[in-house]
Amino acid sequence: MTDTTKPTDETDATPEEVAAPELEGASRRRRIHEVWVSGTEERYPFATSTDEGAQELLPRDQETALAIQEGTLVDDDYTSQPEVISDERQIINMGPQHPSTHGVLRLQMELDGETIRRVKPIIGYLHTGMEKTAETLNYAQGSTNVTRMDYLAPFHNELAFSLTVEQLLGIDVPERADAIRVLMTELNRVASHLLWAATMGMDIGALSMMIYGWREREVCLEFFEKATGLRMNHNYIRPGGVAADLPDGWEDDVANIITVVTAGVDEYEELLNENPIFLDRTMGVGVITPEECKQYGVTGPIARASGIGFDLRKAMPYCGIEAYEFEVPIGLHGDVHDRYEVRIAEIRESLRIVEQVAAAMPTGDYRTPDPKVTPPPRKRIDESMEALIHHFKLFTEGIRVPPGTAYQSVEGPRGELGCFLVSKGGARPWRMHWRAPSFAAVQALPAMMTDSLVADVVASLASADPVLGDVDR
Amino acid sequence: MEADLEPAADHAAEDETPRAASTQVASLLERFPEARFLERSYASSATRYTMVEVPNEDWVAFAEAAKDSGFDTFIDLAAVDHYTDAPRFEVAVNLLDIATAQRIIVSTRLPYDDPSLPTLTGVFAGANFYEREAYDLIGIDFTGHPDLTRILLPDEWEGHPLRKDYDVGAIPVEFKAGSVNL
Repeated sequence: MTDTTKPTDETDATPEEVAAPELEGASRRRRIHEVWVSGTEERYPFATSTDEGAQELLPRDQETALAIQEGTLVDDDYTSQPEVISDERQIINMGPQHPSTHGVLRLQMELDGETIRRVKPIIGYLHTGMEKTAETLNYAQGSTNVTRMDYLAPFHNELAFSLTVEQLLGIDVPERADAIRVLMTELNRVASHLLWAATMGMDIGALSMMIYGWREREVCLEFFEKATGLRMNHNYIRPGGVAADLPDGWEDDVANIITVVTAGVDEYEELLNENPIFLDRTMGVGVITPEECKQYGVTGPIARASGIGFDLRKAMPYCGIEAYEFEVPIGLHGDVHDRYEVRIAEIRESLRIVEQVAAAMPTGDYRTPDPKVTPPPRKRIDESMEALIHHFKLFTEGIRVPPGTAYQSVEGPRGELGCFLVSKGGARPWRMHWRAPSFAAVQALPAMMTDSLVADVVASLASADPVLGDVDR
Repeated sequence: MEADLEPAADHAAEDETPRAASTQVASLLERFPEARFLERSYASSATRYTMVEVPNEDWVAFAEAAKDSGFDTFIDLAAVDHYTDAPRFEVAVNLLDIATAQRIIVSTRLPYDDPSLPTLTGVFAGANFYEREAYDLIGIDFTGHPDLTRILLPDEWEGHPLRKDYDVGAIPVEFKAGSVNL
C-alpha cells in the first residue's frame, strides 16, 4: 500500500493498514477526510471535518423541518422580519455543558446578529435506558427505578407508577396512604418550584435569588429525609401504599415548612416583583400560545401561563385530592413572567393543600391490607404459615399483576407526568413508557425562542424548567 | 386479584355508563367502522380514557377526526413490542380533550417485516419528538416524518434497544479473585 490509496476509515483500519505514515498517536483515532488543494496532487490527511452526523441543522430546502426549527409550524406569534440571508448568520451550539441548560441539553441555534432565527434542541446525553431497565425489575423494585427519572419530582414519579400498577391490580389504597401521598407530592411540588425559582433567578442575573430558593427548599428536603431516609430518590410511594408511616412530630415539621416557605415566597416577591431588570428580562419574552401548547403537548405551568386552565388535580383528580380546596392559577400572556407568577402562586396553593391534609390526616393503615401486594408484618411470619408464604413469594417473585394496558398520569411540577404500562401477567412489566412533561417542553423550545434575542434564550429555557433526567430517561 | 383474570370481563359490567358519557368517541367509532373499541379505563382509575384500535390505513384519518371532535391536545405516543405475537408492534397515541377532561388512546398494530406507519406530524406538531423516540428505541418507521433520526441514542447506534429480542447487556464486575460476567 502506498499513500495514494483510497482513504481508510478508522472503523475498519488496523494501525498497520493506515496509509499515511505521518499518522501517529492520537491523530490516528480521528476520522480522516481527504482534502485536495487545487493544483496539487498533495493530500492533507490531518484535516478533520466538522461532521455532526444526523444531528446538524437541516438544509433549508426541507420546509417542515425548517418551520419546526423556526418555531412557525403551529403559530407564528412573533412578527419576524422577512427572510434575509446575510453574512451575519452563524451557527452556535449552546451546551451540552452550558451551565444554564440545567443538565445536558444542547441547543443548536442559527443567529442573525443578535437574533435567533432557528433552534434545534438535541437531547439524549443523559439517556440511561430506564424504560428498558424497568422491564427487568419487578413491580416492587420498579419505584426505585422510576424515582430517578425526574429527580426533582421523585414523589410524582413514584405516584404515577404506583397508581398505574394499582389500576392494573384493581386495588384501592387506604385513606391514610392517599393523604400521605397528597402531602408528599404537594410538598415535592413546593420543593421543585423553589429550586426552579432559585435557578431561574441565577440564570437571569438575580444571584441572591439562588441562595434564597435553595435555603427554603432545604427545609422541605430535611422533612423528606426524616420521613423517607433520603433527600432525593426516596422510593417511598410504592404500589399498595407508602413505605412507612409519617415520622413522629411530622405535624410540627409541616407547620414549620409552611411558615418558612410562605415567608420565603413573600421575600422573593419583594425582591423580584418590582425589580425593573427582572421585569425587563421576563415580560414579553419566550411567548408560547395556547394553540402551540396543545399541539406540542406542553402541559402544566407553561400551558397554564398561556391561559389553558387545565390541571389534572381538578380535571382527573387522583388520591382524593378533590377533597381539598385550592385554586389553579393561570396567566394570560404566556411569557416568562407569567410562568414565574403561575409557579409562585402554585407554591402558595400547594401549601394550602398541605395545610388541609395535615389538619385532616386520617388514621389507619398506610398500606393496603391485600396480602398479595403488602408483605405481612414481621410478627405474623412466626405465627402464620400463609404469612410466611406470602412474604416468601413477595420477596422472591414480586407482585403479580394481571395482563392489561393502563395509563395513569399525575400533575407533576412540570406538567402531565404519565405512565403507560403494558403487563402480560407476571411480576415484571412488559413495557413501561413514560410521558415526560419536560420532553414535550424541550420540543416546544423553538416556538418560544426563535426571533428573540440571544440573551433571552437563557430566560426562555429557565422558564420551561426542563429536567434532563426526565427528558432522556 | 388473580393473575389469570381477564381484564375485559372485569369491566363488562360498568361498561354502559362510561360508554354513554363519551358521545364523542361513539360518533368517532361510527365514522370508522373498522375501528375497534378496546376498553374503558379501569374502575379504580382517576384518569378517564377510552382505548380504541384502528387499522393502519385509518391511522392519520382517525387522528384528524379525533382532533376535530375535540381531542386536540397531543399528550403522548408510545410504541410497544409484543414479541411473538402477530402483528408484533403496537403504536399508541394519547390525545386529550381539555374541555370535557377525557382522553382517547388510539392504537394500531404493525407487522414485524414492515413496521411503517404514516407520520402524525402533519396533524400534531408534537408528534415529532415522540415519533423519533419510537423510531429510535423500537424501530418504527414513520413515513413522511420531516427528520426521522435517532433522538436519545447516538447516531451510530445499532439496533433498537426496546425491542424484546435486544439483549439488556451487562458490564463484567471486577472482584479480587477475578471477574464475574453477570
